[in-house]
Amino acid sequence: MKDSKFVYVTYIATAPEKVFQALTEGAVTRQYWGHENVSDWKPGSPWKHQASDGTGTVRMVGEVVESTPPRRLVITWAYPQDQANKAKHTRVKFEIEPIGDMVRLTVTHDELEAASEMDKGIRQGWPRVLSSLKTFLETGKPLDTWAGMK
Amino acid sequence: MIATDIDPVFKALADRSRRKLLDVLYSNNGQTLTELCEHLDMTRQAVTQHLALLEQANLVVTSRRGREKLHYLNPVPVHEIYERWIRKFERSRLQALHDLKQQLEEK
Repeated sequence: MKDSKFVYVTYIATAPEKVFQALTEGAVTRQYWGHENVSDWKPGSPWKHQASDGTGTVRMVGEVVESTPPRRLVITWAYPQDQANKAKHTRVKFEIEPIGDMVRLTVTHDELEAASEMDKGIRQGWPRVLSSLKTFLETGKPLDTWAGMK
Repeated sequence: MIATDIDPVFKALADRSRRKLLDVLYSNNGQTLTELCEHLDMTRQAVTQHLALLEQANLVVTSRRGREKLHYLNPVPVHEIYERWIRKFERSRLQALHDLKQQLEEK
């Protein structure tokens, strides 16, 4: 049953455009995520999440479902080995709302199979990535995102 | 305002019932108020008040499913606390272990 869902929210003192750029431009993504998100970001296009450690290892793949800069991005999210198996694809929705001089970034990850490897992995991953993104956009310095994790 | 202020996070966490609420969401994320009340020995009104404080601290976020309002645990502020203090120590400990290993292996 793909009924597991997580909702993560972080408030960042920045502009919506900066957040959207930080999610979609490899040159920015690499600085706080250690990975580049690569796509032309057109609905129906593929995207990949590629390690920036020099190996270029593809860690996640999926399709762009919706892209409305700078407010909304919806993608599917799967392990490379499940690329052809749509039943295993999960979904990630990024919603970017300006609130005063801040941005509320909501990441909703759903269509997950409860207690699957993906389900456990993203529970560890998103809080780290979002903290790092926030620090990066607010201070210009990324965190050591994957420190202590293998 | 919720935002980047960390005070509401500590205030929200400084209560046994609210921590219990977070535990209940941790084990089963995305519950309605009614479902949450079933797990807790509190009045519906008390749960509502606790949830409001947790939402203010950004520790709980809500999402609508039709007419239902579902509550989700948002661990991002807790992770920021971890980043701020704990990970610094972890890093130096790892470095110390690494140095020790190098020293021993050189011999």
